[in-house]
Amino acid sequence: MHPLLRKAEEPCFRENPLKFNIGDTVDVHTRILEGDKERIQIFSGVVIARRGSGTREMFTVRRIVAGEGVERTFPLHSPKVAEIAVKRHARVRRAKLYFLRDRVGKATRLTERRAKGDEVVTN
Amino acid sequence: MSVGLLGRKIGMTTVITEDGTAVPVTVLEVGPCTVLQLRTLERDGYEAVQLGFADKLSRKDVERAPEKRLRSRASRSERGQVVLLNSKRQKRRKEGGLEAGPRANCEPQQFIREFRTDGEEHGCEVGKVLQADVFEGVKRVDVVGTSKGRGTAGVMKRHNYSGQRATHGVKKVHRHAGGIGQGTDPSRVWKGKRMAGQYGNARSTMRNLLVHKIDKDSNMLLVRGAVPGANGGFVIIRKAT
Repeated sequence: MHPLLRKAEEPCFRENPLKFNIGDTVDVHTRILEGDKERIQIFSGVVIARRGSGTREMFTVRRIVAGEGVERTFPLHSPKVAEIAVKRHARVRRAKLYFLRDRVGKATRLTERRAKGDEVVTN
Repeated sequence: MSVGLLGRKIGMTTVITEDGTAVPVTVLEVGPCTVLQLRTLERDGYEAVQLGFADKLSRKDVERAPEKRLRSRASRSERGQVVLLNSKRQKRRKEGGLEAGPRANCEPQQFIREFRTDGEEHGCEVGKVLQADVFEGVKRVDVVGTSKGRGTAGVMKRHNYSGQRATHGVKKVHRHAGGIGQGTDPSRVWKGKRMAGQYGNARSTMRNLLVHKIDKDSNMLLVRGAVPGANGGFVIIRKAT
């Protein structure tokens, strides 16, 4: 990557990188502008993918709402994503958990991974 | 036209503003540009500022000390443009009373272009180095580049023709143009009829690009949107009129 390209992107990165892994159950706190008031909305679910690089990096969170699968993709470096609270780690063996889309009910459970001391972070 | 800058297209990326908007930008390296010559009304018949960008040096020469460089990438005339050579011709001109013009005393330049300044104040003199702060406070710029060459291209790519159908009896002419004119009258094809041919690799200007950011220290300019040409291509940047 050209040094100038990096220099252009650098100021856009968030100061404290979000710490989470694929398979984590998370609460994503997003800033929502309602009229002229700002409030925080929470979207909780399982992180099933992380893609892109640089300022374009995105992550996808999947959850089940009223029996229907809902996926939301957030830009990793957007200031609209206020914070991410990791609720639960899972033992997963791949980077993209798209297989969860084909599963319903109990089959969507992921084996929990006990956090090691330093991993208990909620940003 | 005010004096702009010469530069290089680095590439495109996304930057995120404070309110969370993602902006597509092109990163340009603008300058440093050295003023190589000033065209004057008396001598050249028009007024312009000639700028040079990017030293014309081999990789080995870059590492060498300036006085030890071979400068074999540049021709003798290119070297003579930026520095006074100790040549027989110069000597004879001097004897004949012809004063050589001022030289910038810099390295031979890769990319040299002129900016017309007819009658305008520009404050440039030979040897002056222009940096990105030329565009301080400028909201919009024009960027001139050389578009990506596509070689000999068909009418669909070159002129956005629709081509013909995939089925219904179309025989091997799916990407052809179809009819190109009338019949017995006029019995010829109109001049300027758009057909297949060389596409791209031509001068192209993007006008009124919004300046997103200027970084004086690294001579970086971010403009919103795309700029003609491949990454690494030379571009001319001027204030939009």
